[in-house]
Amino acid sequence: MGAYLPNTKQVQQEMLKEIGAGSFDELFAHIPEEVRLKELKLPAGLCEMEAFNRMEDIAEKNRRFKHIFRGAGAYNHYIPAIVGSVTGKEEFVTAYTPYQAEISQGILQSIFEYQTMICELTGMDVSNASVYDGATAAAEAVAMCRDRRREVAYVSATTNPQVIEVIRTYCYASNTRMELIPEGDGVTDMEALKTALDGSSACFYLQQPNFYGILEDAEALGAIVHEAGAKFIMGCNPIALAVMKTPAECGADIAVGEGQPLGLPLAFGGPYLGFMTATAKMARKLPGRIVGETVDRDGKRAYVLTLQAREQHIRREKASSNICSNQALCALTAAVYLSAMGAEGMKQAASLCISKAHYLAGELQKSGLRLKYSHPYFHEFVTVSEGKAEEILTALERQGILGGLMLDKNEILWCATEKNTKSEMDEVAAIVKEVCGA
Amino acid sequence: MKLIFERGKEGQHCTLLPDCDVPVAELEAPKREQPLHLPHVSENELSRHYTELAGQVHGVNNGFYPLGSCTMKYNPKVNEKAASLPGFTDIHPLQPEHTVQGCLEVLKKSEELLCEITGMDAMTMQPAAGAHGEFTGLLLIKSYHDSRKDTKRRKIIVPDSAHGTNPASAAMMGYEVVSIPSGADGCVDLDALREAVGEDTAGLMLTNPNTVGLFDKNILAITTIVHDAGGLAYYDGANLNAVMGIARPGDMGFDVVHLNLHKTFSTPHGGGGPGSGPVGCKAFLKDFLPGGAHCIGRVKAFYGNFLVVVRALTYLLTLGKEGIPEASRNAVLNANYMMHKLRDIYPMAYDETCMHEFVMTLEKMKHEIDVSAMDIAKALLDYGIHPPTMYFPLIVHEALMVEPTETESRETLDEVIQVFREIYAKAKENPQAMHEAPAGTYVRRPDEVRAARKPVLRYHFSEVQ
Repeated sequence: MGAYLPNTKQVQQEMLKEIGAGSFDELFAHIPEEVRLKELKLPAGLCEMEAFNRMEDIAEKNRRFKHIFRGAGAYNHYIPAIVGSVTGKEEFVTAYTPYQAEISQGILQSIFEYQTMICELTGMDVSNASVYDGATAAAEAVAMCRDRRREVAYVSATTNPQVIEVIRTYCYASNTRMELIPEGDGVTDMEALKTALDGSSACFYLQQPNFYGILEDAEALGAIVHEAGAKFIMGCNPIALAVMKTPAECGADIAVGEGQPLGLPLAFGGPYLGFMTATAKMARKLPGRIVGETVDRDGKRAYVLTLQAREQHIRREKASSNICSNQALCALTAAVYLSAMGAEGMKQAASLCISKAHYLAGELQKSGLRLKYSHPYFHEFVTVSEGKAEEILTALERQGILGGLMLDKNEILWCATEKNTKSEMDEVAAIVKEVCGA
Repeated sequence: MKLIFERGKEGQHCTLLPDCDVPVAELEAPKREQPLHLPHVSENELSRHYTELAGQVHGVNNGFYPLGSCTMKYNPKVNEKAASLPGFTDIHPLQPEHTVQGCLEVLKKSEELLCEITGMDAMTMQPAAGAHGEFTGLLLIKSYHDSRKDTKRRKIIVPDSAHGTNPASAAMMGYEVVSIPSGADGCVDLDALREAVGEDTAGLMLTNPNTVGLFDKNILAITTIVHDAGGLAYYDGANLNAVMGIARPGDMGFDVVHLNLHKTFSTPHGGGGPGSGPVGCKAFLKDFLPGGAHCIGRVKAFYGNFLVVVRALTYLLTLGKEGIPEASRNAVLNANYMMHKLRDIYPMAYDETCMHEFVMTLEKMKHEIDVSAMDIAKALLDYGIHPPTMYFPLIVHEALMVEPTETESRETLDEVIQVFREIYAKAKENPQAMHEAPAGTYVRRPDEVRAARKPVLRYHFSEVQ
């Protein structure tokens, strides 16, 4: 009902008259009769109250879980109250890309601050203003490494399957060959990587921690990649970055990741945030917006979109990517989150994740599950049962708990974060124990 | 303004997380040795910092925003309220299917309504933005030809008036981009198109109404020429706001479309995103969509920018059958009204009834008194008006592309028209002074050349410590 039109029907008629049009139809006279729509088959419009009630009814058809122990690419972290308060400000919400620097300093500066924080987290030299999500960041990173001589992209099989799929799609699009490096015992098979890489290899992508939560020997893998003259890409969990060896320290040329843990809600998978960084050497190959510092006419510090010669609106078919809209408001969310947490808060969150996950793993073992891998892990791990995975998850669901992700009939990938308390983990363990009959 | 890093002091922080209630476990893998510099501010300072930054941002809520091609319409608040329902925000994307029926309904319902508006048979909500939609749509085209072993189709035809994303998307697919010149009327030159198509044509990408604000009256002939050559027709939905409920890409002969929910369907732009770029197609391409039998593959993790789709669905439900075409009619009326009242002093690139936007050309002014499109744009800033899109489309010299949208009142349009006329008078009177604009903004014409030559892309902590 209504279309948010400020002009009344009468005003509309007056305006038509003023421009010399007899009716609305005259304005559309260029449209050939054959393509004019006879009838738009949509339901009648609703007033605001009805529309909201309808959406509320739909939302209620979803089940919200009281406790969540599932990650696998989307993580349940505490979101400080200040985050929503800042990101809900109408100026930030309703602005477009900051093309007009004079009236966009707030957004430009916030992106510059975001870029700085992401560089700090990853240890890398340069960050862009964001891409769609962690998976597309990985795919764009692969595209940065390809050249005429080097056109085979390698991806570790220990990567999140959805990320692998997106990289595969982008590679199909650009006629790039993509190969998986197999895993052994939950980690990348180093020998297989050594054998695979040669002069035609563009890059190797490693997820850290990997899909099973395991922290791989990234430094050693990076050394193998560089030995072959290829580029080393790391896809990192941003909370883990507060404590684990950084991609820069591991020798990565490009570091990317899913920024959702930085203050973004689970939201059925989006909008999330792809963060993307590189060494200074590769900066001009980065896709997307980048904000830089400069001065204005009066010598005052100012921020602008820069290095635009990489971008589609200037370079068209020679651009480094087609990306235009990104996830700016999500990048702002991450910046506010990181500012609220501070370095100590980030380290605390990471430490809580590690401690909770290890406690949960211990309790689940007491309840009759076995840990599949013995490698060091961050906040995810895989358990093995005798065909009980589905039964366990159903039992947990009955109690309002979203258990880990079922990998097969025996295996579950669990995740614990700072949000999970000891008492709820004890409850999970008790339910599992009952199912396993241990 | 201070940077967040220049505020607060070491030791200041917010108190957010509890002490550990289980035995503390240590990371068993190599730890980071690089220092981690993040802001150290109290919550009050943090809050004020961003309030100050927000004060230096012009959003749709701050004033007129006629940014051509971007459809900066009002972003209804009920959409935001719906998108913040915990029943949407707290749902893990990998929950069991029976626990996410509401989310799936949002996707299904949006697909249905948007298919009806575009005349398509199926749609995916996975693409996160318009350019991402173009990538996805071209993948459909590529997969379709590949599935028929028709591998010689290596070229995508794009008019020279197209958005930069079109050729960039085609290049990402390894396609060769064939740019065809527009005719004198700003529309597709049919002879040039006939000349360009052939056995190697994968498809044509077209915006209609086009980027000069005109509906291409030869649209059926255009799509027929492409189809006869064995290519597919791709509709760039950037300008759909002109023709919703009035004409449908599907009926114009297009096989694939992408939409920009953050333009046409009122979801906010967020300072550059997140948007949403659903891709629709005709039935014969349906199996190639993500999830289909000959799936092109996933283009994004999970289901796309879901909360953006929630907002768009709320909008669709609100406007409905009558509101959708009413929005387009008024978008076109507002554009024609503004054009009508400015055409006597600002030359129009194509001086005829326009659709939802129009393009001025300041070439003559530039030539005669050395006042450029940029100068006029910068002068608008002093009046609290966001400038039109500058220097686009590329086929118009000294272009200013104005898209007022349907959510502006006649009073606002009249005020803005007055401002444009005043700026024109000032330019005539004292052209030199125009290069000085803006005078009253927080910063004035930042040095972009310096920013690109000596890139400073992050704050360096060592400078102060």
